[in-house]
Amino acid sequence: MTNAVEQEYIKVIVFQLADKEYAIPVSHVQGIEKLMHITRVPKTPSYVKGVINLRGVVTPIIDLRERFNLPIVGEEDAARIIIITLEDMEVGFVVDSANDVLDIAAGSIEQQPEVVGSLEEEFISGVAKLDNRLLILLHLDRVLNPLS
Amino acid sequence: MEVNQYLEMFIEESKEHLQACSEHLLELEKNPEDLSIVNEIFRSAHTLKGMSATMGFEDLADLTHKMENVLDAIRNEKIKVTPEILDIVFESVDHLEEMVMDIAEGGDGKRDVQATVAQLKRIEAGEELAKAAEETAATIVQHESKLTYDDFEKTVLAQSIEQDHFAYEISVTLREDCLLKAARVFMVFEILEKNGDVIKSVPTVDNLEEEQFDQTFQIAYISKEQADDLQKKLMKVSEVEEVIVIPLNENVLKSEKKLEVAEEAPQEQQEIVKVAAEPVATNNKAPSSNSKSGSHVSNKMIRVNIERLDILMNLFEELVIDRGRLQSISAEVNHPELNETVERMSRVMGDLQNIVLTMRMVQVETVFNRFPKMVRQLSRDLNKKINLEIIGAETELDRTVIDEIGDPLVHLIRNSLDHGIESPEMRMAKGKPEEGTVQLRAFHSGNYVFIEIEDDGAGINQEKVLAKALAKGVVTAETAKTLSDKQINELILASGFSTADVISDISGRGVGLDVVKTTIESLGGNISIDSTEGVGSTFSIQLPLTLSIISVMLVEIEKEIYAIPLSSIIETSIIRHSEILNAHNQKVIDFRGKVVPLVFLDEIFEVPRTEAQDDEFYSVVIVRKGEKLAGLVVDSFIGQQEIVLKSLGNYLTNIFAISGATILGNGKVALIVDCNALMK
Repeated sequence: MTNAVEQEYIKVIVFQLADKEYAIPVSHVQGIEKLMHITRVPKTPSYVKGVINLRGVVTPIIDLRERFNLPIVGEEDAARIIIITLEDMEVGFVVDSANDVLDIAAGSIEQQPEVVGSLEEEFISGVAKLDNRLLILLHLDRVLNPLS
Repeated sequence: MEVNQYLEMFIEESKEHLQACSEHLLELEKNPEDLSIVNEIFRSAHTLKGMSATMGFEDLADLTHKMENVLDAIRNEKIKVTPEILDIVFESVDHLEEMVMDIAEGGDGKRDVQATVAQLKRIEAGEELAKAAEETAATIVQHESKLTYDDFEKTVLAQSIEQDHFAYEISVTLREDCLLKAARVFMVFEILEKNGDVIKSVPTVDNLEEEQFDQTFQIAYISKEQADDLQKKLMKVSEVEEVIVIPLNENVLKSEKKLEVAEEAPQEQQEIVKVAAEPVATNNKAPSSNSKSGSHVSNKMIRVNIERLDILMNLFEELVIDRGRLQSISAEVNHPELNETVERMSRVMGDLQNIVLTMRMVQVETVFNRFPKMVRQLSRDLNKKINLEIIGAETELDRTVIDEIGDPLVHLIRNSLDHGIESPEMRMAKGKPEEGTVQLRAFHSGNYVFIEIEDDGAGINQEKVLAKALAKGVVTAETAKTLSDKQINELILASGFSTADVISDISGRGVGLDVVKTTIESLGGNISIDSTEGVGSTFSIQLPLTLSIISVMLVEIEKEIYAIPLSSIIETSIIRHSEILNAHNQKVIDFRGKVVPLVFLDEIFEVPRTEAQDDEFYSVVIVRKGEKLAGLVVDSFIGQQEIVLKSLGNYLTNIFAISGATILGNGKVALIVDCNALMK
């Protein structure tokens, strides 16, 4: 295994949301936490669940289901908070489950097909085909910034 | 003597004495007749002299001694205090401060202060002006780091130039680690003498042979060689760091003569003093590089990375949370020994908390200290009379904020002095006191620290500001009509705006106040301007305490806990439903004869209610913003507590009526209510 081979892969954290699998580059992921008490913050968009105490740091939490306008389900044991960092922001995403770390070949990433037409399309930077799985790569900038 | 042991103490005390000198000098300037102040300064200077002589810092002791002589002459009423004399004394204090700083950083405290010393001597001597002026002029020549030539040497140089030889001034610098300096000098001279004639050298050849020089020596030299070739040849000598070959021509020799003219005209001594002052400034930049070799002071202070303090803080938070749990467990178990242990631990934690929190807090005094001297200098430069008042210098601010706030404040004070305060004549014409006043205030209010700069100057000319803003395209004509007075004032903070018609050296520097605004906003603060034309302006800076401990009242609304800063609270009260009155669609109460509007926090914060509230009694927290009062209606009071202020991070910014968060004993996050935002 040489450098040339390593360069062609990116390591991602894979998580489940509704019936789809999504991926975030592991370099942006700070950690994965179990659900904990979330303090609601008034006058914020509904997808902002509130803030948690992450080992002494007050961290905002975004519910990705709500962010993507997906149907809302009750809390389940498999639900996780993925803590991500982007530039100087640290934010947690609530997802249905998170249990995989994968290397995906850079070459297998394709542009998002334009026909999807749902809100989440805005947040997708590409898709990766992996055997019989389809991973959706998130556009973190857009997930964190309010829609124009 | 083991010097290091006392060095730390020496540095600290020197700083104190110098600060005292500065303060008393400023006082003396206001009361030039008060000789008791001179005595104070004299005492500080005298102690400083003694200390530095004991510690072996001869330069420091020497300059202090010269300054002391002047002070002594003033004390004995031989000379009178004038602003010009004080200028020189201030200059000396500046030099002394630099020397002490150098020592603190591990240097040897050496500094070229000949020009200042010469002027001190001149003041002290009083009538012996001519001689002193000559000395001053003589120092200039040295400061230019050029050789001086007597008539004979000049003639030789001039003649050789006429005979198509080149005359050079060569500066050779040996490496710091050069072991055999004399040998290297010999090699340099050998090369030179093969190709031409050495006219003179500084230091003299004898001194060079005895290695009585630092690293550099100068030579005046005549040769047919090109400068480049010479330079290359000399660089071949090992352990030579640098060779600078400056060709001498008639012009250089002529400019020499100009200085000579100055020497011959001591009656124009004011001029000379100015000329002499400039080389000092250029010389300041060149503290000897070999000072670095000195050992660093074994200071008992240590610098800690702020990030590490943050980590410590977070770990401490974890402990606080566990303490909360332990306390509740011990209450349940009710075991006497456990109770006792938990109680003791809580007390220790309390003390620890204070230490951890105060580690990052610094008094604004550290920033404010430098302003009196700056204002004095500026008011002299501007020919204005200005009195600076400082209030609340003991107010504490987070270290990170302190580091950043200095420059914006300098900018604003310069602005007030330059554009705000009018000239004495203009003030008199307007019927104002001749002396302008600038007040610098710092105070805590709620979760914020305010720093205000108020002047009683000309105020902001709104018409002019508006016209300029329109001309510069900062605002459009349409929006200009809708602007309030305050908004117009604040246009001067917009980027690309400068009210000065001519960029002045004092506040201008080609940079507008927008830099100030940007810096303050980057700290999470904001700046506002109040101004009345002809009466004065107030620049008010509001800064958050990025990290601080505050006392709050914890309150509960449904299942949510909020913290209300105690500094905003006047009192808490329970009111009956029937006591609520309606006025202009606003529910109000009569609180000690005042009509106080009620703010229902559950509505403001959209707290989800499981069932409607219809209690007979309401819990109300009466809060204040300036003169205004409001009653915040909550479900119940939990109690008073000291909390650690936490930011909500960079994702959630500008949340309405929430100024931050804290972590409670149970590990949950509680939000802090921003009472200022709730009152218009």
